[in-house]
Amino acid sequence: MRARTLPHSRLRSGGGTRIARRTRKTVVIAAVAALSAGLLAGCADDGKDEDGSSSSDGGGGKTKITLGLFGSFGFEEAGLYDEYEKLNPKIDVEQTVIERNENYYPPLVNHLTTNSGLQDIQGIEVGNIAEVVDKYADKFVDLSKYGKESDYLPWKWEQGTAEGGSTVGLGTDVGPMAICYRKDMFEAAGLPTDREEVGKLWTGDWAKLVEVGKDYKAKAPKGTTFMDSPGGLFNAIVGSEKERYYDASGKVIYKTNPAVKKAFDLTAEAAEAGLIGNQTQFQQAWDTTIANSKFAAMACPPWMLGYIEGKSNPENAGKWDVATPPKAANWGGSFLSVPKSGKNTEEAAKLAAWLTAPEQQAKLFSKRGSFPTAQAAYDLPLVKDAKNKMTGDAPIGQIYAPLAAELPVQVVGAKDQIIQQGLTDNGVILVTQGKSPKEAWENAVKTIDNNLEN
Amino acid sequence: MSPPHDTAAAPPAKEGGAAPARPPVESPETLRKRARLSRRWQRDVRWSPYAFVSPFFLLFVAFGMFPLIYTAWASLHTVELTAPTDMEWAGLRNYTRIFDDEFYWNAAKNTFTIGIISTVPQLMMALGIAHLLNYKLRASNFFRVVMLAPYATSIAAATLVFVLLFGRDYGMINWFLGLFGVDNIDWQNDKWYAQMAVSSIVIWRWTGYNALIYLAAMQAIPQDLYESAALDGASRWKQFLHVTLPSLRPTILFTVVVSTIGASQLFAEPLMFDANKGASGGPQHQFQTLGLYMYEQGWVNQHLGRASAIAWTMFLILIVVGIINYVISRRLRASS
Repeated sequence: MRARTLPHSRLRSGGGTRIARRTRKTVVIAAVAALSAGLLAGCADDGKDEDGSSSSDGGGGKTKITLGLFGSFGFEEAGLYDEYEKLNPKIDVEQTVIERNENYYPPLVNHLTTNSGLQDIQGIEVGNIAEVVDKYADKFVDLSKYGKESDYLPWKWEQGTAEGGSTVGLGTDVGPMAICYRKDMFEAAGLPTDREEVGKLWTGDWAKLVEVGKDYKAKAPKGTTFMDSPGGLFNAIVGSEKERYYDASGKVIYKTNPAVKKAFDLTAEAAEAGLIGNQTQFQQAWDTTIANSKFAAMACPPWMLGYIEGKSNPENAGKWDVATPPKAANWGGSFLSVPKSGKNTEEAAKLAAWLTAPEQQAKLFSKRGSFPTAQAAYDLPLVKDAKNKMTGDAPIGQIYAPLAAELPVQVVGAKDQIIQQGLTDNGVILVTQGKSPKEAWENAVKTIDNNLEN
Repeated sequence: MSPPHDTAAAPPAKEGGAAPARPPVESPETLRKRARLSRRWQRDVRWSPYAFVSPFFLLFVAFGMFPLIYTAWASLHTVELTAPTDMEWAGLRNYTRIFDDEFYWNAAKNTFTIGIISTVPQLMMALGIAHLLNYKLRASNFFRVVMLAPYATSIAAATLVFVLLFGRDYGMINWFLGLFGVDNIDWQNDKWYAQMAVSSIVIWRWTGYNALIYLAAMQAIPQDLYESAALDGASRWKQFLHVTLPSLRPTILFTVVVSTIGASQLFAEPLMFDANKGASGGPQHQFQTLGLYMYEQGWVNQHLGRASAIAWTMFLILIVVGIINYVISRRLRASS
């Protein structure tokens, strides 16, 4: 090929084209150089200045603050961004949300280690907060100057604060749990429907709840179960324990902790007796069981009320109610943090503090059901007088506030999420599929140990 | 290497110089200039090709070579995603532990079985469809485009739809089977049903693609072979067996290899099909493939070292597949 084409091209090259050729060569070299330069730049740290999406000017001289969140924090839906933009005309707030924390957290860790691709504000799930505080405290702005410590529940503040005293995350909400139940279905099964009486059925002991389930099953409407899913019940039971998967010194104890085994066995017992639906929570099919009224009760932190409302058949409005749980338990609750690599860390920190201030938390609760982590908010009318359509205007603010005060101060470990998911999604769920509790436990332990071993 | 052909060539004539009646007398300065130009010409010819091909190789080094070597390096260490620079030498431990890592072998077995039950029916159906499309059909172009439609669909979107179809309690497939009195099948939690469901997504997506490859090869088979076969009284089925199949041998081999490689890297379908946490491939890892297991170790459990070792074993498996292909195709070529 070369032998043929080159002399041919030489034939054509007169004086004029020589210049053209030289230009062409320059162009090619320039193009190649530009490309390689671009490539190299692509490999370099682009967290600070290259990343166009983060904290660049948002048009019209506005400063854009971006939030990276998971699940449904609900700030936008509650109108908080609009309100902040109105209060601070120079700020433009934008969020990106990833549905499930399992898909949100691994990239976040990756971005933290490389200091790139981070948003100005990042949400952190309570199950991950220990690892983040432990390993990455130096990558975050200390928020203790922005948030007011006395506003927050002390243990929640502590969870987000590193040993050196730097506050990595400000708590957005906590998950005091209650038992939500269907009045109509309880009635059909011959159980009391008044929330005081219902709460008394199982006060103090989760095993009593399972007993009530057996009563329910005896006369239950056909095709329904007492509770929604093994994962939901298990989470609720371990949520009432102080120590679950790690002890205070940071050692993994899930295998030997009698509280965990007890919760597992109790859930398995309920599953074997057919009291729980065989669903995984937050899956499409589980959503359908809510819409189709396939179960009568579920463990339900305030944020779950919003979820129920979203998935329910509208004709079921008012049929739910909220009763106190056997023991106060916590489920969920996230944090907002400000990575140092952002361009406008100052503005971002102010926004994070504003979003988690008592007044805003109260608004968020009244609109979205996220229960305030700021105790200062509990006396605000928006919380105290809060009502909910699905529960027939039950005074949810007054039901949940005392529960929040009783919450156990839980030891949160670095790999809490992996352990919890192993126990539910690779564990108790199997009992509903006909495996023995022993097999289910072994499967969970094997999976978790393999996941923890590095 | 031999020097480029044109190094000896004279530089182009001077600017504006019409063809002279007699060779011009060259001053030493022009000669020097000419020599310099010639050198530059020489350099141009020698190095420009490298500049032209460099973009690909730069990309390859950055996104192919470097990760490969880095992965090999990481696989010899204990290293966590939370601190990738914090490496602790582990020697071959990440590899040796694979021998008694039941999750690895489970994943390897699943990869194999899912590979078989997706590749074999897929290629057979593709052959049949290609054969049908090879007849004179009305609107044959329409059918060909339709064949390729699944391939153009995003895997994620398609899988999400399949998950709904295969739902245990509210899925359409179970509803349909229910019409014939079949009990609800737990497509996600039963090992074989789950693997069949995952395979069905793969089959749906790739059958048309392979069919078009076969069709292209079939159309290259000379028509007179069929004509003489027909004259000899061969039925269409006989023609397919004795004319089409032998002519397609190299093409079939090609699709087998490509599908095998695709099957051993199967990732997105089982990831999206998992109702629980994606990477675990079902509560009992019943459809966790090697790709998924690697992802779980690296990105969910954050064990980069282990994930790297798994990645390298997968790489080696693919190399073995490649060698087998090479040997078979050489045999085939020698025999024909």
